[in-house]
Amino acid sequence: MAAPFSWIKPEPHGIYIPPADCWVDPSRAVDNALVTHGHADHARGGHGQTVATPETLAIMELRYRTGAQDEAGEIPHKAVPVQYGETIRLKGGVDATYIPAGHVLGSAQILLEHAGERVIVTGDYKRRADPTCPPFEVTPCDIFITEATFGLPVFEHPPIAEEMSKLLDRLAAHPDRCVLVGAYALGKAQRVIAELRAAGHRQPIYLHGAMEKMCRLYEEHGVDLGELRLVADVQKDDLRGHIVICPPSALNDRWSRRLPEPITAMASGWMRVRQRARQRNVELPLVISDHADWNELTRTIREVDAQENWITHGREDALLRWCQLHQRRAKALALVGYEEEDD
Amino acid sequence: MEEFAALIDALVYTRSRNEKLRLIADYLRATPDPDRGWALAALSDGLDFPAVKSSTIRNLLKDRIDPVLWTLSRDFVGDTAETASLLWPAPEIAPSPPPVSETVELLNAMNRKSVLTELPKLLDRLDSSGRYALLKLATGGMRIGVSSRLAKTAFAQAFAVSVDDVEEYWHGLTPPYADLFTWAADGGEPPDIENLPTFRPFMLAHPLDETVVGLEDYAAEWKWDGIRVQLVRAGGESRLFSRSGDDISATFPEFLDALTMNAVLDGELLVRGNTQGGEAGGAASFNALQQRLGRKTVSKKMMQEYPAFIRLYDALLIEGEDLRPLPWTARRSRLEALASRLPDNHFDLSSVVAAADFEDLSRIRKASREDAIEGLMLKRKDSPYIAGRRVGYWYKWKRDPLLIDCVLMYAQRGSGKRSSFFSDYTFGCWDGDPDRGADLLPVGKAYSGFTDEELKKLDKHVRQNTINRFGPVRETDKSLVFEVAFDSVHESKRHKSGLAMRFPRIHRIRWDKPPHEADRIETLKKLIAD
Repeated sequence: MAAPFSWIKPEPHGIYIPPADCWVDPSRAVDNALVTHGHADHARGGHGQTVATPETLAIMELRYRTGAQDEAGEIPHKAVPVQYGETIRLKGGVDATYIPAGHVLGSAQILLEHAGERVIVTGDYKRRADPTCPPFEVTPCDIFITEATFGLPVFEHPPIAEEMSKLLDRLAAHPDRCVLVGAYALGKAQRVIAELRAAGHRQPIYLHGAMEKMCRLYEEHGVDLGELRLVADVQKDDLRGHIVICPPSALNDRWSRRLPEPITAMASGWMRVRQRARQRNVELPLVISDHADWNELTRTIREVDAQENWITHGREDALLRWCQLHQRRAKALALVGYEEEDD
Repeated sequence: MEEFAALIDALVYTRSRNEKLRLIADYLRATPDPDRGWALAALSDGLDFPAVKSSTIRNLLKDRIDPVLWTLSRDFVGDTAETASLLWPAPEIAPSPPPVSETVELLNAMNRKSVLTELPKLLDRLDSSGRYALLKLATGGMRIGVSSRLAKTAFAQAFAVSVDDVEEYWHGLTPPYADLFTWAADGGEPPDIENLPTFRPFMLAHPLDETVVGLEDYAAEWKWDGIRVQLVRAGGESRLFSRSGDDISATFPEFLDALTMNAVLDGELLVRGNTQGGEAGGAASFNALQQRLGRKTVSKKMMQEYPAFIRLYDALLIEGEDLRPLPWTARRSRLEALASRLPDNHFDLSSVVAAADFEDLSRIRKASREDAIEGLMLKRKDSPYIAGRRVGYWYKWKRDPLLIDCVLMYAQRGSGKRSSFFSDYTFGCWDGDPDRGADLLPVGKAYSGFTDEELKKLDKHVRQNTINRFGPVRETDKSLVFEVAFDSVHESKRHKSGLAMRFPRIHRIRWDKPPHEADRIETLKKLIAD
């Protein structure tokens, strides 16, 4: 009999499952990929076959046109949809079950089972309520492979309602200006819009062109975002007193000059640290993250209560230390290619 | 404290200078005395509470959170006060923030022992923003993008007075600046500083860069490599100030009886020697001066071994007369007349460099490297003496820097605006032939010379190429070459390589260059100037 867990191998470019010849979130193109969610650092294009939730596949399709044949008409990409709660049998007797991760639309933890052993790869996750995706489900397992993007005790995301009032108060105080919110185009932008709606903001919300398709995709998947308009379709004066959403990279570029005296805001977990906000010239920091904060990470490790925790990208040192202090077995994986995204 | 904390937060997140001025001015107008005076002190020069140091905060926190988690957090955030304000456990009772003046009184009353029980009580009375403001105020430097000059300008704007007048009175007053507010806010008498040995702000120079000036309008002097000082005598007392206005009289007591008349003189502090400009130059290298800097007391032997003197550049006041409005030429002749009355063991006069025209001067400057002089100063002959840096009056024309290719060895996270990025780099040169197994030896450290974009790439390089961690320091795989610019290099016992660079900065990042092609220690040694 093979050694315990010899069927799962952390490699620099992803988690590899030898009996199934399959990778989880590989950072380069492979034949068989299991993808947790649609963010670019987890869902690369160019795989032979991708197994993911229908929402994630739709996001990847939008970003990479993976389903289209290449010019020679060869090797059509194969997309294998898996619903939440559904189990798919891979080669070599490995089962993969997709479980909600609460990160963005379509995001999943992947439970891998083989020879009676259970391993969960979380991808990215959070524990807060999010109107755009189902919540994280705690699932027992032997090895829990967790992210650690905000794995430092200084990271404590405040309740999102507080951040929404900060945003709406600032907007009300400057009726002749607009508030420009930098938000990651997949997930964060739609969550901010949905939360604004939940906070009672009925005004149209204006979008940078790069945001449009993803917002439409969310709407097609049943997420109500209210009235959205494109900045490109209106005059400067129409934007006074309104909220404009753009990708973080557009906050300080030429594009924003067409806006009426924008107040620069950014929705990100990094905004918790003042100097981070200053580095990005942000005037109104909104501490909103789609990742687990420190308390959520430690709580999740406690609740999942795995025999062993493997910690991937982020501030793994501190989470590793916490595990030591609480007598939990843990190790850090050195995966490459996971960027500190603009969360 | 709430209003002050709100001001600090607003300033942290404000980019526009005008907006910062408005925020501070509004606060100063709306806040009563003495709160606003303390706030002004905190924003400008910073307050000093001997019992509260960064280490105090560190120790308080390490009693409340695992030390390793504290260090990792501090290292990421890049600021002790902010890290502590975020990690301080939220108190169960509702905050009851004290006014700024009460906070200052409480901080002043603390000693090294009581601070351990009293500071936590104060922290418990504040929310996270309040804790940040408190810890910033308590530990001095705010580092929130507000310079001392900006705070004074905001004060001037708030009460419609001249910022030059504020600067003039400033150094004769102490927080909470009651006399300053009486004068500016309440229309009282201006503060009287005539009989106080007070620091006056320096006139500074712009780099010449591409500018070409005519020598009919400008006079040239050597730019000596010492430290700029101001010697002041008034009210029967002399003081020596550094460029930033710090009183360094105790470090250089030889000057305290050197002036017999009331005066404010501007010059370069140097040590006797023959490195800079040879025998005629009469000054040792900066390295020699460094032996005397930073000492609280100084022995006779030190003073004999490294005899310091001031090379006079300018005179601001002589015997009660304010010379600053006069043109440079007039001040210069007054200075020359005064210099002849001064003891020549402690003073000499910075000579004017004779040149036929700008091109001639350009040739003279090129030779300054061999003379171990930093370069030239160009001063407009009709320039008054004005605090700060004004375009068109004074220029510094430094010799071209030296360049050398080094390999990145270690990196550390920066603080302030660069916090959480690996932005402090230690680099080395090969101690022999790298293809025959020679090692790298560290030769210097640099924190500047790259753009924000480059910083992001460098940070990523460090994170992805770390081979070892020593606390906050990362050792990298020695795969990246920096072209380092520096002003000069000297022997030094402090570094293993035996060398120390002056003003090293990253000139170019050579992503393309293989590390074994970087320079060797021997190449750097040949550039030693003293």
